Amino acid sequence: MDYVPHTTQEREEMLREIGVPSVEALFEVIPERLRKATPRLPGALSEAELVDFFKGLGGKNKHLNQYNSFLGAGVYDHFIPSVVGSLASRGEFLTSYTPYQPEASQGTLQVLYEFQTLVCELTGLDVANASMYDGATALAEAALLAIRHTERNKVMVSRTVHPEYRAVLATYLKPLEAALVEVPACEGVTDVSALKDRIDEGVSAVILQQPNFFGCLEEAEAISAIAHEKGSLLIACVNPISLGLLSPPGDYGADIAVGDAQPLGNPPFYGGPHVGFFAVRKELMRKMPGRLAGATTDLEGRRAFVLTLQAREQHIRRQRATSNICTNQNLLALRATIYLSALGKEGLMELAELNLQKSHYAKDKICALKGFSTPFGKRPFFNEFVIRLPKGLTPDSLNNRLYKRGIIGGLPLGRFYPELKDSMLFCVTENKTRNQIDALVYSLKEISRGLPRASKVRGRGAQRARKS
Amino acid sequence: MEFPQDLYYTETHEWLRVKDGEVTVGITSYAQEQLRDVVFIELPRVGKKVKAKDPCAVIESVKAAFDIYAPLSGTITGVNKELEGQPELVNKDPYGLGWMFVLKMEDLTQLQTLLNAQAYASIIKEGH
Amino acid sequence: MQEKLIFEVSSPGRRCISLPPCDVPRKSLEKMLPPQFRRKTPARLPEVSELDVVRHFTRLSQLNYSVDTHFYPLGSCTMKYNPRIHEEVAGQEGLSRLHPYQPPEQIQGMLELLYHFSGLLKEVCGLPEFSLQPAAGAHGELLGMMIVRTYHQKRGEGGRKKIIIPDSAHGTNPASAALCGFEVVEVKSNGNGLVDLEALRKAMSPEVAAMMITNPNTLGLFEKDIIDICNILHEAGGLVYCDGANMNAMLGRVRPGDMGVDLLHLNLHKTFTAPHGGGGPGSGPLGVSKALRPFLPVPRIKAVGATGRSPLQYVWDYDYPDSVGRIKAFYGHIGVIIKAYAYILSLGRKGLLKVSEAAVLNANFLRQRLSGHYDLPYTAGCMHEFVLSGRRQKKQGVTTLDIAKRLLDYGFYAPTIYFPLIVEEALMIEPTETEGKQTLEDFAEVMIKIAREIEISPKMVKGAPYNTPVRRLDEVKAAKQPDLRWSFPVDSE
Repeated sequence: MDYVPHTTQEREEMLREIGVPSVEALFEVIPERLRKATPRLPGALSEAELVDFFKGLGGKNKHLNQYNSFLGAGVYDHFIPSVVGSLASRGEFLTSYTPYQPEASQGTLQVLYEFQTLVCELTGLDVANASMYDGATALAEAALLAIRHTERNKVMVSRTVHPEYRAVLATYLKPLEAALVEVPACEGVTDVSALKDRIDEGVSAVILQQPNFFGCLEEAEAISAIAHEKGSLLIACVNPISLGLLSPPGDYGADIAVGDAQPLGNPPFYGGPHVGFFAVRKELMRKMPGRLAGATTDLEGRRAFVLTLQAREQHIRRQRATSNICTNQNLLALRATIYLSALGKEGLMELAELNLQKSHYAKDKICALKGFSTPFGKRPFFNEFVIRLPKGLTPDSLNNRLYKRGIIGGLPLGRFYPELKDSMLFCVTENKTRNQIDALVYSLKEISRGLPRASKVRGRGAQRARKS
Repeated sequence: MEFPQDLYYTETHEWLRVKDGEVTVGITSYAQEQLRDVVFIELPRVGKKVKAKDPCAVIESVKAAFDIYAPLSGTITGVNKELEGQPELVNKDPYGLGWMFVLKMEDLTQLQTLLNAQAYASIIKEGH
Repeated sequence: MQEKLIFEVSSPGRRCISLPPCDVPRKSLEKMLPPQFRRKTPARLPEVSELDVVRHFTRLSQLNYSVDTHFYPLGSCTMKYNPRIHEEVAGQEGLSRLHPYQPPEQIQGMLELLYHFSGLLKEVCGLPEFSLQPAAGAHGELLGMMIVRTYHQKRGEGGRKKIIIPDSAHGTNPASAALCGFEVVEVKSNGNGLVDLEALRKAMSPEVAAMMITNPNTLGLFEKDIIDICNILHEAGGLVYCDGANMNAMLGRVRPGDMGVDLLHLNLHKTFTAPHGGGGPGSGPLGVSKALRPFLPVPRIKAVGATGRSPLQYVWDYDYPDSVGRIKAFYGHIGVIIKAYAYILSLGRKGLLKVSEAAVLNANFLRQRLSGHYDLPYTAGCMHEFVLSGRRQKKQGVTTLDIAKRLLDYGFYAPTIYFPLIVEEALMIEPTETEGKQTLEDFAEVMIKIAREIEISPKMVKGAPYNTPVRRLDEVKAAKQPDLRWSFPVDSE
């Protein structure tokens, strides 16, 4: 199956008009030896065969509608109202491109203006861009902005920030020979006194995540004060759903807020495409990476929207641009805009509270089981929490056994935090019913039965995270 | 086009006015015409040390951005704050209210490397 | 035709979707969230009904031109038809509702898909390994530059700080190089619009790390000296990075790996027709030569052979000590990759050949029709796109921007304008292979009509567009007094 419409007759007519005997003649400018490629590729599939083929592949996967999943850690399973998909899949949105001609792109531009407004509202900051590739690259670009703005070449990042985000940050900073300093964690949150001891006037930015990777809430105001005292910027990486209840970054003095808007109406899609958001205080506006839509007027004085402040961008400033980013994640930003519109002011608050209630219910139930505990005491958390397993039960063996019962358990933390190799990160969103949570709790109880009894002392009190 | 006789010029279209060892810098009338509507100017930080030919400010129009190069080595001692709110001053009065920054030079003999009004005017003429 | 902002149709207390009830015993909010963590005032999200939402976004969509509704000859962006079936296969829950931290045994179908897709890219491009991690073309470029840097450092040649880039290159090229700490050296194109070999030889030095080249280049011309160009770089110890934005012209018949390039990014949303979505998501896989494989990002998919009783297994492998690291959380734009995979499978080898054939045929046909009416700065035969100059029209006081706006009036999206930078008043036109002869003829007729309008009433053309939802915008105002978010009336706090 192909999508080339020419008939043989049309092709002949076109060749005649061009004045060449064959299509091959049009390729003669290419050296002959390069034209002899014969890639080994399969034969064409019809539409029906294609559907079967992908159904076959999809059928080999266990998806989140089949299994009762408690995975989060940066990618969240929230309910997506049907208006999101049906509106965002309209061809006029789906098959247009970057709104270079604003007169023929007002739909996309107005959506971006609304998206930017929503991000400002959520984060409590002045200006937001039209989106970035994902939360991790948004965070890395925020650090680059801080380096440019402060003319300082060091970045401090808390160990409680998502490990993959920190990995991306390290990759981005390496070629610039900027130093990346890790702030240790203490009891599941940033070690504020360690930060205070180690920060100096060479630090361009301090990065925290709120809620952090463990789901715990950071003492953001204290961290903010420490950063600002040294003239460093505060970068906050936030979960947009949590902002229905939690203090917006602008309130605790963040200079830049970033995050991933995947939870806002975008499917997990095995990790991408997702969509980063990026908001700053007004003073940093012209140093932002990425696209910005702005309101202006047309010849007849009507309100209209256009890409603006483009002189920052690569297509104009080339090697001196604020970033090399060329596209945004427009379609996903559109989905987030539709989602937040459908959810509304009350809806977002209710949704955040549902997440909070259900995750607390789950955590309380799990911690009441023999041998299960939380390494992070009574730290406030949002919709994720860390559970330490009873002695003799490893996260991987637990997950294997849960899987047999139709449950996808939490994320084993040992891979990212060797000091937490006996612990797992569970996520509970509004999408989990009480029955599903109870099923998890029941299974944990069953699986842990017959294990050697865990010592009572273990799991209580402070555990200082090792720096690895 | 007007190129005041009492100024020095560079090939990259900056003008310089020398007074008491300090140099005021802006862009020429020719440059502002090329740029058309200036929408924003990014000025250097006061106290910043610059080397001759370093980019030290940026002028933006809607679809373009131009670097302004330090014409000489020295320290930035002042910037034109008015341009923050009224970038159009660069278009309206390039040699007066549209000045951009003041540079304190380390070495006044550097001035000899610059162009006078005639030399600059002939460069413009050749180019077009 | 105008649409209010969603915030302007909001009414306090109006609701759209309903949430599930709280089916667990409620705890006190204060107990769970001490006040210092609580937000003081709610975010002012719109309060609207479901019909409000549907009508608002449907109406907004109608203000857009798109491939589904209009011919979209945007040069360098390859705005071809996006088959609907791709949305369906990618959207199935067995693919879209997978979590990136599910263990490999739960997602063998996904890993198999990614493994085989990567294999097809290797075949199509003639390069031995691909990373699917880059989120877009520019992201692939950035990764490529990181690999170039690491490669030289590993060889003890960290002093190579320069990247050579032709003056016709996309802006992302120099921006990506600079983001990696490289210094950009621009080489001028020759009179035929191609890389000037003499200028290139002169630019070579032990400081050169790589050259970034687009082939076919942004003028739509094939760099016929590409083999010599690669040799010049390689002899001087440098690498060649190919920007694969224009792969559509070569699909199925010319493999960048055979040209001698060391790195190449693809734009799956262009060449392999994932919908552009108004500006993303894209996907920019990076392919590299054998010597550069150790530096690709982690993780990579590995097929672990069947042994004894255990069948073939796909796993993520993190054990590459020389890797540049991660450039993105998780594994790449899977949703986009699935669509590109579906495209290659539906076309097969013959179908891919037809793509490049028809893309080049269409461009040459349109170029032939228009060349008498607009200046053609480079006369060599074009590949999948071509560049006209509006300098003849500019003498009447009408610029390329005006021509672009007038095209909108006639129901065509505009070509890419003012790029490449080396062509005065550039109009860069890429019809793509999915447009038929009739559409091309209609477009040519309108372009010729506009050329005539410019002769007769240039002022009218300068006032265009007249038929679009809004007229020309005040971009100076937008940039001078940036209004980047809605300001709520004071009483809505």
